[in-house]
Amino acid sequence: MEFDLVELSRFQFAMTAMYHFLFVPLTLGLSILVAIMETVYVMTNRPIWRQMTKFWGTLFGINFVLGVATGITMEFQFGMNWAYYSHYVGDVFGAPLAIEGLMAFFMEATFVGLFFFGWDKLSKVAHLIVAWLVAIGSNFSALWILIASGWMVHPVGAAFNPDTMRMEMTSFMEVVFNEVAQAKFVHTVSAGYVTASLFVLGVSAWYLLKGRHIDLARRSVAVASAFGLASALSVVVLGDESGYSAGHTQKMKLAAIEAMWETHEAPASFTLLGLPNQAERTTEYAIEIPWVMGIIGTRSLTQEIPGIAELVEEAEVMVRSGILAYDALQTMQEMRDETPEAVRLSFDQHSEDLGYALLLLSYVDDPREATDEQIQAAAWDTVPNVWVIFWAFRIMVGLGFAFIGLTAYFFWRASFRQMQFPRWALRLAVVMIPAPWIAAELGWIVAEYGRQPWTVDGVLPTALSVSQLTVTDVWITIIGFVLFYTVLFVIEVALMLKYIKKGPHEDVEETERWMQRHYHRLRTTDGKTPLASPAE
Amino acid sequence: MILHELISLDLLRLVWWLLLGVLLTGFALTDGFDMGVGALLPFVARTDTERRIAINTIGPVWEGNQVWFILGGGAIFAAWPPLYAVSFSGFYLAMFLVLAALILRPVGFKYRSKRESAAWRSGWDWALFVGGAVPALLFGVAVGNVLQGVPFHLTNALMPIYEGGALGKLFGLLNPFGLLAGVVSLSMLLMHGAAWLGLKAEGPVAARARRFGTVAGIVAAAGYALAGLWLAFGIEGYRITSDVPANGPSNPLYSTVERGGSWLMAYADRPWIALAPLCAFLGIAMAVRGLRAGREVTTFLWSKLAIVGIVSSVGLTMFPFILPSSSAPDSSLTVWDASSSQTTLFVMLVATAIFMPLILAYTAWVYKVLWGKVTEEDVTGSGHSY
Repeated sequence: MEFDLVELSRFQFAMTAMYHFLFVPLTLGLSILVAIMETVYVMTNRPIWRQMTKFWGTLFGINFVLGVATGITMEFQFGMNWAYYSHYVGDVFGAPLAIEGLMAFFMEATFVGLFFFGWDKLSKVAHLIVAWLVAIGSNFSALWILIASGWMVHPVGAAFNPDTMRMEMTSFMEVVFNEVAQAKFVHTVSAGYVTASLFVLGVSAWYLLKGRHIDLARRSVAVASAFGLASALSVVVLGDESGYSAGHTQKMKLAAIEAMWETHEAPASFTLLGLPNQAERTTEYAIEIPWVMGIIGTRSLTQEIPGIAELVEEAEVMVRSGILAYDALQTMQEMRDETPEAVRLSFDQHSEDLGYALLLLSYVDDPREATDEQIQAAAWDTVPNVWVIFWAFRIMVGLGFAFIGLTAYFFWRASFRQMQFPRWALRLAVVMIPAPWIAAELGWIVAEYGRQPWTVDGVLPTALSVSQLTVTDVWITIIGFVLFYTVLFVIEVALMLKYIKKGPHEDVEETERWMQRHYHRLRTTDGKTPLASPAE
Repeated sequence: MILHELISLDLLRLVWWLLLGVLLTGFALTDGFDMGVGALLPFVARTDTERRIAINTIGPVWEGNQVWFILGGGAIFAAWPPLYAVSFSGFYLAMFLVLAALILRPVGFKYRSKRESAAWRSGWDWALFVGGAVPALLFGVAVGNVLQGVPFHLTNALMPIYEGGALGKLFGLLNPFGLLAGVVSLSMLLMHGAAWLGLKAEGPVAARARRFGTVAGIVAAAGYALAGLWLAFGIEGYRITSDVPANGPSNPLYSTVERGGSWLMAYADRPWIALAPLCAFLGIAMAVRGLRAGREVTTFLWSKLAIVGIVSSVGLTMFPFILPSSSAPDSSLTVWDASSSQTTLFVMLVATAIFMPLILAYTAWVYKVLWGKVTEEDVTGSGHSY
């Protein structure tokens, strides 16, 4: 099977981005969990909490460095593999990336060294501040990256400039306060918090199963289940907010998620499960729940949600309008200052649809010569791969609810059942460690694969965005990345496992002395049976 | 009144050209010594303890330093999108090598000390060597090629097309002048790394670093002088032959450019820029003297001056060009026709004005906390060092 330049470039981007996002969610959440633990330490002065901070901090560090390393690839890949994209939208897309560096990444990277090296060099409070700055820096990073990413899905605050042949920023505020970006940000960082919470929960559960490091494990479960529950709820609520926002900003994606081939009468029903068939444009064996989709998508019972066929018809109108913009643009390029006013006017009227004419470049060299069949084909190209989006979304949401259940159960046992956990629950927590990663990657597939055929929705088709490289160029780097990343992944996982098996290994004596005094105090002050100490 | 019109487009372009220089210089000054230490590692440190001393001099700071590189990339993307698009896709495989080397580095720092095995550690030592030496060399090679012009053209839709097949592009960069520039950049950063080790390390590591640094400094000065002569007699410059409004739209095809004359004509037009190469030579000479005499802080500062001189001399010589095209000179990118829009440049300038002073302040604080030499007890005694 032969791959062309566009397919290979997309494969490489998807691969490196998904690989990068194996490390990001854990960094986002673990940085905060570690800072919370250190806060408890500074407030209570109990050595066990410092030990927890250092132990989870070590795992954070092993993960963090690969997040940083693979993030470098992300930043430079736009220029390397997506040169026309970089030219076409760099004026808008580049700014949040650069501000991310200025405001967030600099802070996070400068202080992370001090977090690890500063234990003996800083006062307790100063070290705590450093820990929080690392956490805040990481999370601000996510904000700016998702502003950039959100803009690709819902490009606001920008307009095409015929002189420079690219999109230019018209309002920075609109780009920053893009509703898609904001919902995406909270949804994504919450997902990161869930990932880290389930990681801490799972590792601690494993210790409890093995009867090791009970003190550290119980306290970790308490923090992780509370933080995880709040985050898991936030993921779903903000996911719902994304759904609502998609109802008017990303209609095609919403229709694909729903496999809604035709427009239904309001309020639309929600297809729980089914088998979408793209060729036949139907969904077989659909199980539907009445009303739910209309409520999620429009927050009303009366508004219609358009189906795929209707959206394709709208796209066809935009392709035709885009051709007029393309035609005017050619004249403007030739005549520049002498362009007749009528041509300029025509361009202004149709320039918002210019991107739809560019879809035709996959079929003809000059969109103005496109046939009706080609225009219809281009309009149908605006439909993403429904089957993948439909199922990726359902598995993600299913997992999201499972996370709520799991964290709620552990939170309840930790708060009201004296930290006694049945073994089946502990085993389940261990098994669930990888699940948030699966949910997060599926979420990205819905968000970004679901935006195809566009890199920037309605503005720039993916096929046009690539660098004019040779296929050999891209194969060399794909093979290089696969080999290189696989080796790094094996090393990372091996080191994680090694340090998890090793358990907390710093401040051991001091912590143990304190724990013994602590159990003694518990026994003598209130006369009740305290929690079993590991020595018993 | 619209806020971003407070500063005119031509002034914003000039400021962003300067800021690009500041960011690249900041990268060379900070991450430069990290790369230098990495490249010196196998030579100046022989036992495991010595290597750990060398690594721990940069252990807590390389991560922050590397952000200068990330930020440089981000700033080129945001302020000079055509430069970002043309150069990164044009130098494709070279960029991939740099990325691979830069990925090896963080992993090497963090993972080396996580296991005791000698083979494991020596493997990561080589990774750190590659992670330091390869980017240090290739950044210079890239600059050497920019000075000669690179083969690309822009279509009417401003799509960049870089001439040459996959490997042709990579080996095309490795021409004699490009390699000479690479040697200058590598030896400059080796000297800088040696000056840092002289400041932060003790005993045999510092002593060996000073010896290597002296040689590197002499090579850097000789290479830099040779490159200057080569530019004077062997390489044609570029000049804009049409009217280019400094406030005009960012479309490189609106102007015409010719090859001819010499880049060094710039020194006749703007004699004050001779200050840059003077700083370069003075800085190297004083750094070499300091290395031999065993001076610490001043040596590091002179080495910094040398880097500022070398990096800024390239930018000042080429001004207003930022990426000339050898195959289609009219497509050449200049300060006046390859920038972002006025709005974007203004927004970015505001962000820089707010955050850059903060960055400098907290970076300075971190260096202050970490001030002092890394000793043998530091690396063997505490559990926190690499």
